[in-house]
Amino acid sequence: MSLLVGTFTIGFILSLLALGVFISFRIFAFPDITADGSVTLGASVAATLLIHGVTPPVASLAAFGTGVLAGACTGTLHTRFKINPLLSGILVMTALYSVNLHVMGSSNISLLGVNTLATQSERIGVKLMRGATSFDLVGWDVSVRDTMVLAAIVLAVLLTGALLYWFLRTNLGIAMRATGDNVQMIRALGVNDGNMIVFGIAISNGFVALSGALLAQYQGFADVGMGIGMVVWGLASVIIGEALVGTNQLGLTIIGAVMGSVLFRLMVAVALRWGLSPNDLKLITAMFVFVALIVPQFIRQGRMWRAHA
Amino acid sequence: MLDIQAVSKTFNPGTPNEVHSLRGVNLELNAGSWVIIIGTNGSGKSTLLNAVAGTFFVDEGRIRLAGQDVTRWPEHARAELIGRVFQNPFSGTSPSLTIQDNLSLAALRGRGRGLGWGLKASMVARMRDEVSRLNMGLEDRLENAIGSLSGGQRQALTLLMATWLRPELLLLDEHTAALDPKSADQVIALTEHVVARAKLTTLMVTHSMHQAASLGDRLIMMHRGQIIHDFQGAEKRRLRPDDLLARFEEVRRAEQLDESAAEMLAENYV
Repeated sequence: MSLLVGTFTIGFILSLLALGVFISFRIFAFPDITADGSVTLGASVAATLLIHGVTPPVASLAAFGTGVLAGACTGTLHTRFKINPLLSGILVMTALYSVNLHVMGSSNISLLGVNTLATQSERIGVKLMRGATSFDLVGWDVSVRDTMVLAAIVLAVLLTGALLYWFLRTNLGIAMRATGDNVQMIRALGVNDGNMIVFGIAISNGFVALSGALLAQYQGFADVGMGIGMVVWGLASVIIGEALVGTNQLGLTIIGAVMGSVLFRLMVAVALRWGLSPNDLKLITAMFVFVALIVPQFIRQGRMWRAHA
Repeated sequence: MLDIQAVSKTFNPGTPNEVHSLRGVNLELNAGSWVIIIGTNGSGKSTLLNAVAGTFFVDEGRIRLAGQDVTRWPEHARAELIGRVFQNPFSGTSPSLTIQDNLSLAALRGRGRGLGWGLKASMVARMRDEVSRLNMGLEDRLENAIGSLSGGQRQALTLLMATWLRPELLLLDEHTAALDPKSADQVIALTEHVVARAKLTTLMVTHSMHQAASLGDRLIMMHRGQIIHDFQGAEKRRLRPDDLLARFEEVRRAEQLDESAAEMLAENYV
């Protein structure tokens, strides 16, 4: 049971990453690799601040802020200096590797015995349960800590998702979505498309860094390598989410990205349980995204083939 | 209103693909006038529109609009003064957004966009009203994505969007060329109505000799990056499609003469 709760928790934490990837890949069609670096950036900034006694909410917000800065760098490289989007992301991601090492002062930081969002929600939970550390849920023995952490992260994701939904429907948010859709039109309506892209990629990486900060607090450490392959992970979540909701209505696609992240984490947990070697995880993830990307093409080709036959 | 002075533009200068698209074009538009531009392919008529819209900066010359020198203004800044409808029906709207989202974008053309709500009840009511006047039955589909609409419907909406806030200048770049004849007629009728209602200063490129003869109060003909004819007032009103075709024939003949003369000279003297 605790395994299942943990799976859900990580799934929800990484759904913030999925929302970030959703903004860059789906709204702007901007393949933003920066995310690999900003997951770690968020984790290392939050971990370092926590060790120095900063309160967890402030440390998490600071992580979000640094992610925003990283994304703004990528966006600026692309819009002001006309560097290919993919390369812009690779440059910033590479630079972030050194930045992260500097922030942490070593290649990893342990948060053992440090006050984090996880320990905070645990304490609230124990207080709510009047001192019990586990409770009985329809016959299962469930730890209060795990449940409270999951409840907290679900709440945080719901809030963030709602905020994103609201934002994307404001005048600014609509202009942003239109920028990814039709640049010519949005310029003709007086929007500086370059600024929109910088802003959007900044927000996207803010979400990704926040996800990294929460992940570090949940698992109790930050590691310089923890961001590797995260973009693909986020993309897999977004793709699964789209398949789940099957529409491009804004609210549903946001919900889909969150659901996709949780479901994907669940699939991975099951696969690992069945004996998949953790070493193969990234390979399987990449192959999964590859298949998910080409299947629609095959379906379209199949339809055309049938139409001609 | 619009004052184009000695504007030149060369694309790909110094390469084998060098094209002198505009060669010292001068054009002055009075407020409220509707100028039609015709010309052969590659004559620079669309380039002239794009120069005014700010799609690129001109190499030489100045462009003044509504009392301001906009020569070095970027495209998105000029949008404050200019409404545009493109030839391609896909260019003027955002396909994955709904009709009302697109209109809300247009309602802030050239203005700051903040965290305000674009779709207030009063605004949606106005949208329904304006869209119903297009007579396309779109007023009940405001929440549909634009991607599901036909080209004619999109052009009608683009025209509505371009003029939602009264533009100082309306640019129409062959905006019916990609439509079927019936939709084209519909969009032209709508254009006449919109331009007359708001007394818009309009610059319109067209391929249709019929449109060129029947619309607007002034007509200019371009060839090789220059304005070669400028018909105004009574002269413009008397123009018929056949007259315009005759002018094109003249241009064609003059061109052939140039070429054969050059050939003869080359044979005799080179």
